[in-house]
This record gives sequence, structure tokens and C-alpha cells, in this order.
Amino acid sequence: MSQGDFERSLKEHGSSVYGEHKSWLALRIDFPLLILLLVLMALGIFVLYSASGQNLNYVKRQGVFMGIGLVVMLTVAQFEPRFMQRWAILLYGGGIGLLIAVIFVGVGAKGAQRWLDLGFFRFQPSEVLKVGVPLMLSSYLGQRVLPPRFKHVFVALLLIVTPAILVGVQPDLGTALLIFAAGFFVLFLAGLGKSYLLGALFFVLGAAPLFWFYLLRDYQKTRILTLLDPQSDKLGAGWNIIQSTTAIGAGGSSGKGWMQGTQSQLDFLPESHTDFIIAVLSEEFGFSGVLCLLLVYALIILRGMLISINAQSMFSRLLAGSITLTFFVYIFVNMGMVSGILPVVGVPLPMVSYGGTSIVTLMLGFGMLMAVSREKKRMGEQL
Amino acid sequence: MADFSTLKNPQWESRLYVARASFMLLVVALMLSILLWRYHDLQINRHQDFATLADNNRIHVRALPPARGLIYDRNGVLLADNRPGFTLSIVAERTKNLEQLLADVGELLAFKDSELARFDKLVKRRRPYESVPLRFNLSEAEQALIAVNEHRLPGVEVSAQLIRDYPLGAELAHVVGYVGRINERELKRFDPKRYKGSHMTGKTGLEKYYEDQLLGEVGYEHVETNARGRVMRVLERTDPVPGADLQLFLDSRLQKIAITALGEERGAVVALDTASGGVLALASTPSFDPNLFVTGISTKAYKALTGSLAQPLFDRALRGQYPPGSTVKPVFGLAALDSGAVTMGYRIYDPGYYQLEGDKHKYRDWKRGGHGSKISLYDAIVQSCDIFFYDIGFRSGIDVLHDYGLRFGYGDQTGIDLPAEARGIMPSRDWKQGARGRVWYPGDTVNVSIGQGFMLATPLQMAVAVSRLATRGEVSQPKLVSHVGNELLTPVSESASIEIPARYWDLVLDAMAGVVRDVRGTARRAIGKIDYTMAGKTGTAQVVGIKQDEKYDASKLAKLQLDHALFIAYAPIEKPRIAVAVIVENGEHGSSTAAPVARAVIDAYLQHYPLGLEVEPATGVLAPSHPVESANEPG
Repeated sequence: MSQGDFERSLKEHGSSVYGEHKSWLALRIDFPLLILLLVLMALGIFVLYSASGQNLNYVKRQGVFMGIGLVVMLTVAQFEPRFMQRWAILLYGGGIGLLIAVIFVGVGAKGAQRWLDLGFFRFQPSEVLKVGVPLMLSSYLGQRVLPPRFKHVFVALLLIVTPAILVGVQPDLGTALLIFAAGFFVLFLAGLGKSYLLGALFFVLGAAPLFWFYLLRDYQKTRILTLLDPQSDKLGAGWNIIQSTTAIGAGGSSGKGWMQGTQSQLDFLPESHTDFIIAVLSEEFGFSGVLCLLLVYALIILRGMLISINAQSMFSRLLAGSITLTFFVYIFVNMGMVSGILPVVGVPLPMVSYGGTSIVTLMLGFGMLMAVSREKKRMGEQL
Repeated sequence: MADFSTLKNPQWESRLYVARASFMLLVVALMLSILLWRYHDLQINRHQDFATLADNNRIHVRALPPARGLIYDRNGVLLADNRPGFTLSIVAERTKNLEQLLADVGELLAFKDSELARFDKLVKRRRPYESVPLRFNLSEAEQALIAVNEHRLPGVEVSAQLIRDYPLGAELAHVVGYVGRINERELKRFDPKRYKGSHMTGKTGLEKYYEDQLLGEVGYEHVETNARGRVMRVLERTDPVPGADLQLFLDSRLQKIAITALGEERGAVVALDTASGGVLALASTPSFDPNLFVTGISTKAYKALTGSLAQPLFDRALRGQYPPGSTVKPVFGLAALDSGAVTMGYRIYDPGYYQLEGDKHKYRDWKRGGHGSKISLYDAIVQSCDIFFYDIGFRSGIDVLHDYGLRFGYGDQTGIDLPAEARGIMPSRDWKQGARGRVWYPGDTVNVSIGQGFMLATPLQMAVAVSRLATRGEVSQPKLVSHVGNELLTPVSESASIEIPARYWDLVLDAMAGVVRDVRGTARRAIGKIDYTMAGKTGTAQVVGIKQDEKYDASKLAKLQLDHALFIAYAPIEKPRIAVAVIVENGEHGSSTAAPVARAVIDAYLQHYPLGLEVEPATGVLAPSHPVESANEPG
């Protein structure tokens, strides 16, 4: 915590000259978070170079995405959280509108209709809601008396379930899950009563069969079944999991070395540079590599939760907490699925998997976190 | 409490939040532990299993078939070669719809039902990632067709292999033999390691006899493949060791001359180097093209071969068993002298028939009216007098004839380096008791004494006998192969030479010279004028029995019932170097049809080797065999 103290004193010092010198230090930046993210990005680029088969194109593009992400993060960080509260309805409402548009005019691939074709690029509206839902919920519940009463819980659930269902039917179970999780975290952090929690648990157990028989598509069922027994379909759905667990296990304690993973480099591993990139890291850097990555992730989560606890308003707390915990859901779902303890859902490994949308969305979230972290300071100043 | 429910209480809410956030942090920690446990389990506890799995994924062991040893004649003429051939195979795993693929490829190549049936059988037995051959020996046009269409035929591959080729074809089919696809019986017998990667094995002839030497040693290659089975790099390689080349004593020129001399006739010629026992020619006509069998003969072609009355697949030289007829007379003459049954001056009167005491049966001479009075052993051999041999054969007795017959190679395998050699029959009392369940009659001895009756011999045995006569009893085993690789095969003499006093040899061998030289010699006309010396003996083997008092009339007999013509000879007399036995089936008299064939071979031999054979065939003429590396790279 000496680091935090140092930060605080640094910023207090900076603020005393605020208004006289417009140095870059005046920018609202949470340095511990920034440094951790930069370390994570560096690690990600390093692994991606190997995972893409030494494809510099991928690395360059990923670098550009990360650059854009950093700009987005630092930009968002400069806004007052209170100000952001006003975006909530806009982002959320707009997101829902776009999701409905996707149903009618969306374009798809592999049987899923997820994108809006804007001519110059393809846009996935569900990404908007990954930020929109926690923002909306935090905004809604932050203004209520907590713990939320039944009416508010009901409205909040409606706010969560509507986009989750719209995304789930695309079908994009991974994103629906993340959206649902983000919303649920807000509700939970807002002090949702134990009776609701128990009720939710029973509801999930009761609804599971309905879910299985009416909502899940065949390929989704296959994914869940193969999780239980990957050997049942060695060359089909089970292939991914067999190959990824083999890659992870083959890594051992210290790994085969950078770019030396045979599973990854010889194409046995599917989606090695996107969703399954953790298997490449595991094979080439071993358990020690996995430990390092998890340590960075854990520090980011810790930092995020600390920011949320120290936040000045309930809205800020809920927002920061939800963003941080959703970040963890990404990690858990991705690493769980690649190592074969969760069914295969399309969730990338944050900041390591190749892909611009996910990076920019995540950095947008971290921008909000930073904004929250600096809000505290300003409030303190006002007091 | 009422306030509490309607008004926000920042401190209370803050505490509530901290509690909830702390709880979530605990949950995060717990879930992180689950992840850590899982990765620890995979990477540390079960590392060895997965490391093996990953290696099995990428490392495949490929067998590299060795190049089969080549076969050369004594002058380095290639008799069995390996030429590159192209095989179309299908990897079932790489196609989604095998039937559709077969239909597509079938449009290009028009498969026969038999090909598809064999393919179906193989596909079921092999693993899906193994390639299964569909058509062998693609022509260039077919290769091109496949190459152009390859992109739309996933799973189809064309690979190069070495295919056995017999440049001289039918001429040496019975000697060299042929290789063929390993069948199920062989598969059970063979060491699977040695045959990894080889589909072929010697089926007949030298290819079968020297299979072990010709095969070579299989090589291995550890290759790293990617997920689609493409070879990325070779990790480790043990080169195959090519099989040893064989060099024969045989001279393909003599072989050709023997076959040409036999012409359309069915028959056999065996020529031996008297010094070494090396086989100079070993011909059996008609013959067949061994190349047909290498990649699998069509049922139709096979039926044509097996259905032919001329039996082209039958190796007469090695497996044909004929009554040796009068060609045994020199041997039995020696037997009678050496056993003391008769003396060198023994003479008889020949009335044209022979009768055993107390038996009315007349054993006839081939010459009606007989050869007259005072017939000596010399006369009897030169003129081929049957009555004289009935007499001395009977006087010697079957036990003596059997004993001397065996010593000259009758009635047992000669030990030539070829599979499935027939034994012939050198009859004896025991043999008859065993084979026929009857006691031996004196009449049996009479028949045997002119090489008829129960006695049977292969042309090879006759050649061995004449070689032993020519060398005055030196016993050597007939051999085809002189060198395996660069190693000279030393002939194994299993039995001592035949010890007979020189004066007996002089008499009998001089008589054999008389057969060719004397006015009354049976082969004089047939051999005609020669500028070297030759000794020989004609023979005629009866195919159908002639009843008492019935005359043999060739014009009344169908060709297949005519007598077989036999001739054995060696040359030159002063220093015998080549021994020849000839049989022409249904060729009637040894003198007229068989003797000219023997002469043609001996003429050619003396012309090509006026100074005799090199003691040791030059190994320098062995051309380098095909490159060692396998031609089995994926196409």
C-alpha cells in the first residue's frame, strides 16, 4: 500500500499546483493500473507473435488496437463519473436499439447473426452493452436506497435480462453471459438480499432443463456434452479441447520455450491466436508462465476493487466493481474453457487474445475505472 | 428504520459495499484457485502424459522400404531391375465423402470392379490416416490427369515406388522368377519389422530363393507432421540398406540361344559349367512374361496361362520329370563294369529282343531285328542298343543300378539354388515297396536299365549326370548365383567324387564320343560337322506304352503321345567345360530334335568363351544399383 500512498501524495502535490501548471501530470491517470495494463499488453504481444505463427501483421494490428485502446482509456478517464452517469441511458438505450436492428438487418457468419455492416467496418452492437449494462445498472441502483427493494430489483433484472436475451438469441452465449454477469455484479454489490439470491439459485436450477431443451442450439449442447467427455468426438467438437489440454499439459512447469510449442506451431491447436491463446502461453512458458499471467490479472483485479471501495459515490463504486469483476469473468471463462473445465464459449482472454473489439471495449472499461479512481481525489479536494 | 428505507445513508451503504466487494474478492480468489489447481494438474501432475500425447501428435515414424537387390547375369546384363512406378493412393481420413471421391477419380481413370473390390477390402483393414493404394503403375497420361484435378480430389495422392522389372521377360521367367504382392499366408509368416514398407516378396525362382538377401533392411524416418499430416521436417533418419545384388553364372546369350533353338517346341535345356557346377543356361519353353505378375495379373491373362495345354508356367527344367531313357546308359554301363557284373570285354548277341529266363515276355529293342552279334558296351552306347543294357542291367541288379544312379545325381534333388525342385525317381526295392506296396520284379530292373519303367529324372538331373560323366566323377552342386553382393559364393561339395577306375571311364566316355563321331553313332547325323570335339548320348522317352508285338508308328499317334526326345552332351572332350541336357517333349528321337539344340548352345558357348570361363566372374561389371534413397516421398 506504500505504492498507493505514494500515488496519493504525488497527486496531492500535483493538485496544489493545479491550475497553474498544465503538465501531463494533470491528466487523470491511475498509474498502478496503467503500469499493470502495459505489462499485460507487452505480455500479450509477446505471446501473440508466437501464437500467430510469427505473423508480424497480426502483431502490428494488435499494437494499433492497443494504441487505440489506450487513447480511449485515457480519454474516458478524464471525464467526471457523474458526467458518465448521463451517458448511461444513451449507451444502454442505443445499444438495445442496435441489437433489435441486428435481428432485422444484421449480417452473420457461421449461423450467428451478430454484426451490423456499416460499410467501412463491421460493428458488433453487443459490445456496446458490455459497458452499457453495468453503466445503466450502476446509474439506476446508485440513486436508490440500498439494499434495493423488490421494485428496483425487478426493474434491474429487466434491464439485465432484456439485452442478455437479445444477444443470446443471435446466438452469442459468451457475450450474453458477460452482459448478464456485469449486470448481476452491480445488483450483488448493491446489496441484493439473500432471499433473492436463493430464489435466483432455485430459478436457475429449475430453468436449466427448459434452457437445455428449448433455448440451446444443437452445437451448444454438443459443446457442453463434449466438456463431459471430449473423447466422444475426437475429431469433431472434442478436437479443440483435446488439443488445448494437450498443449497446456505438454508445457510442464517451465514450458517448451517461446515459439517452440509443437501443438501451437504445427497447427494442432485451433484458434491459437484468438480464444485459445492461453494454451500457447501454457505450452511455451509452462506453469510458471501461467502463474505470471494470473499474478498480473490478480493485481489488476485487486487494484480495480480497491478503486471501487475507495470511490466516492455509490454509482462509481458499483460501476468500478462491476467492471473489475466482469474482467475476471473473461479470464475465468476463457481459461476454464481452454483447460476443459467449462464448455466452449467465445470469450477472449483479455488483452492477450487477438482482436480489436475486445481490447477497445475492455480499455473503455478501464478508462471508467480510472475516472472513478481520480474522482475520489477531486471530492477530497472539495471537502 | 423508516428513514433508513427511504433515505440514502452513505455510510451504511459504503459499509454494505465493502462487505459485498470483499465477499466477491474471496469468490475471485477461490475461482482463481480453481484455475490454478486445474493448470497445475494438467501441467505438473499429468505433464508426462500430455507431453507424450503432444509428441504422438507430431512425430510419426515412416518406414523407408529398401531397394530390392538387382540380378545380373555373368556379364553384368541386368535381369531384374527396379524402375520407378507411380501409385495412386487414397487417404480416407482426408476426404469427407469417400464414395463421391471414388466416383470422381473413377471418371478420370475408369476403375475396374476388381480394383475397387480390393480397395474396399484394404480400406476396412487400414487406419483412416493410412494411404491405401488404388491403382498401381499409373501411365504418364494418368498421372497428368490426376495432377490437373488434384485440387478437387482431397485425399488422393500419387506416390513413387520402385517397381520390379524384368528386362528380358519370358527368357528368364523360370530362373529369375518374379515378385508379387505379399499375400495373407506370407504376412503371417514374415517378420513384420523386416517387411515394414515393402509390399512385394519373391514368389518364384531366384526372387524367392534369395528373398532374404534381395530384400535389404528397412529404414526409418521420424518425421514431424502438422495437424493436416503434412511433413514439416525429418527429425531422425535411419537409411534403408538396399538388398544385395545377385550375379549369376548364367549367360543370358546362351539362354537366348537355347530358347531360340527350342523354337516352338515344348522342352528344356540345362547347360552347366562342369568345373564349378555353375548354371550357364536353364531354359524351359514355352515361357511367360514375369512382368505381368509384379503389379497383379488380370484374371483373364492368368487363366490363359494356366489353361494352356503347353503349360507355360511349368518349369520343365526343374520340375518336369521324364523317363531319362537311353541317356542313362553311360551311367549304368559304368555301374555294370565297376560293380563287376560284366567285364570290359563282355559282348552279347542281339536278336532284337530280350527275355528273362522262364518268362515269355519279350523286351524289345528300338531297332527291329536288333543290332546283330558281338555287341560290346562301346557298341551298345554308340548305337544305343537296348538289348545289351537289358542284359547287363539284369546282371547288375537293381541295387547296383540304384546305387550308381544316386551317385550320378538321379533320384534326389540336385541342390540347385531354386525353390521347388523335383526329386525324380531312382527306383529301388524299398522305393517300390513304399510307393507301390509291391515287391521288386526282375522285369522292373530290365525296364530301369534303359531309363524307362519307374525311373524319372528332371532335365537338371540329366545335366548333372552328364557333368559328372564329363569330369570323371567330380561331384559339384549346380548353382545359379556366383556372387551375393560382392561376396563370392563358395560351392559346397557335400559328397565325395565318384571313384571308378580310369579304364572304365575311358571306355564309357570314348563310347559317348563315338555317339557323335562314329559312322554308326546315333547323334552323328544330327550334330553334323563340328570343329571341336563333343561327347553325348541320345535318348527317347516313351510317353505311351507299346503293347507286345505292336510297332511304334509315329504317324498313328497324336503329337502329345509322341516320344520325348532327349540328348545329353559335353564338350570339348579333351578338357570338358560345358555339360548340356536337352529335352524336347514329343520330339520323337533324341538325335533329330534334341541334339541340334544342344549343339547350338555348345557352339555359342565355345564361340563366346574360346579360352574357357574366367575363374571368377568379374565383379567390376556390376553396375551401381539404383540410388539408395527411397522413392517413396509423398507425391
